[in-house]
Amino acid sequence: MTAPALVVSDAVTITRRNLIKYVRVPNLLVFSTVQPVMFVLLFAYVFGGAIKGALPPRVHYIDFLIPGIVVQTVVFGATQTGVGLAEDMTKGIIDRFRSLPMARSAVLAGRTMSDTVRNLFVVLLMVSVGTMIGFRIHTGVLPALVALVVALAFGFAMSWISATIGLVLRDVEAAQSAGFVWIFPLVFASSVFVPLRTMPGWLQAFARANPITNVANALRALTLGGATTRPLLYSLAWVSAILLTFSPLATRRYRKVV
Amino acid sequence: MADRGGAGIVAQGLRKRFGAVQALAGVDLEVPRGTVLGLLGPNGAGKTTAVKILTTLLPPDEGRATVAGFDVLREADELRAAIGLAGQYAAVDEYLTGRENIDLVGRLYHLPTVELRRRTQDLLERFDLVHAADRPVKTYSGGMRRRLDLGASLVGRPQVLFLDEPTTGLDIRSRLDLWEVIRQLVAEGTTLLLTTQYLEEADVLADRIAVIDRGEVIAEGTPGELKTHVGGEVVEVVVRDRSRVRAACAAIVEVAGGATSQTTMNEAEGRVAVTVRGSASVVVDVVRRLDVERIEVADLSVHKPTLDDVFLALTGRVAEPAAGDGPAPEPVARGGGRSE
Repeated sequence: MTAPALVVSDAVTITRRNLIKYVRVPNLLVFSTVQPVMFVLLFAYVFGGAIKGALPPRVHYIDFLIPGIVVQTVVFGATQTGVGLAEDMTKGIIDRFRSLPMARSAVLAGRTMSDTVRNLFVVLLMVSVGTMIGFRIHTGVLPALVALVVALAFGFAMSWISATIGLVLRDVEAAQSAGFVWIFPLVFASSVFVPLRTMPGWLQAFARANPITNVANALRALTLGGATTRPLLYSLAWVSAILLTFSPLATRRYRKVV
Repeated sequence: MADRGGAGIVAQGLRKRFGAVQALAGVDLEVPRGTVLGLLGPNGAGKTTAVKILTTLLPPDEGRATVAGFDVLREADELRAAIGLAGQYAAVDEYLTGRENIDLVGRLYHLPTVELRRRTQDLLERFDLVHAADRPVKTYSGGMRRRLDLGASLVGRPQVLFLDEPTTGLDIRSRLDLWEVIRQLVAEGTTLLLTTQYLEEADVLADRIAVIDRGEVIAEGTPGELKTHVGGEVVEVVVRDRSRVRAACAAIVEVAGGATSQTTMNEAEGRVAVTVRGSASVVVDVVRRLDVERIEVADLSVHKPTLDDVFLALTGRVAEPAAGDGPAPEPVARGGGRSE
């Protein structure tokens, strides 16, 4: 077994390696940022007026929307974890890593960590754009920071699901499209863009149980004000459950990759 | 734990099956320390599977193997610290520079920073990559990528090096460059297992060659021993007067020492092909002799035997990718030079 300090330093080495790609190919970052910003503008201006009526009194749609879109962004960002792993696998880089005396966990940890760093960047940029068009945090710096941490932790957990899928499919394009097949319904059948109360009953039931709804609610409570304990606990439970399920699955899969 | 330093690679009875395909059907290999084994075979023969097992990327279904004295299953961590692997796909990161690629691998070998910086620079110089060291690998040619891949595999100063088809897909020039680099490594005493589809490559680089076909080693020996099977080189002569074909053939066989194995004649084309040993001088002798016999020569060529020639001589059939169907047929010839 590798010493704990080496486990961390190997993961950091891989994280750095993954992030260099964004420095060398800035377009990657531009395009992963353009999409969420587009969503912010589209929903704020196109659907905002129509959705307004369904909101609680005195809540601006932009304030409702931004926490939701933050969740959507980290989840979409997480789908890239599987894509990145599939890419490394097809290029033989994973084989090289596996022949090195490095920590076995570092490739997966490094990939999920670098995707979390990228998520941080995109989220900050998106919140800035939101602020320009009227988004305000109604609580304080500390709750806002907690909200940021919760969002990133959720993205990190989703990255492990995506990693498992990428390791099973082992094909860049397949991983790309598979990501969206399960992510899209999950993101839209939630409270990310609209309050649940206008949905049909059966869908409300699904959306209420949806982890994305729980995390979006936690973020709203933390930025708009309101009871935070319950949504926070639900969110943390989801993050832990996903991590406990999918990090062993992905790790086992990684060890068996040919 | 006794004398682990003495061991290179020892594999016994390695078997591996992927679904219906028996990739390895009981492979024994021995590479003493400081020697080079060329694992020669066509696509799908099991070369890469053998390398993957020996580098701990794949567990064998059956059999055991040690590399640098470490067991591939029970001592995988220690084993990985003692080996280097460069693969046929040039496993370098396109977005990193050449220097960053070597640095990345060195960090994962847990080399101290100062030492790593020095070794990286040494390797860049040695592999003639200094001019491109700080450019992303995306801009590198195929040959440069292979050199970088090889360089990265050496940064941990491996006791045992694995090169999986290091020159496949390269142009002649890059191949010769890479051979030169590998020859230097070999001269320094690196234990090396090299897989290749090219007999010439194994001949140039390896001390011993194991020919692998459908998951089995069908012949093993020094390049010289192997060539006894195949014949050294093929001298091909086209005579102007077709009626002299037989005379020409007899003359060449006699010059070549009589003991040569294969001759083929095509009287319609006036063509004679004889496999001979000790090429250069033989060719001169052949020309003189044909001159003495007043046999006019229209064309004369010498070519090295290829993997196909080896396979033809060993198995009686042409080398082709294993389809993975049915059991491997009994080879016609079996390991001539199994001398220790």
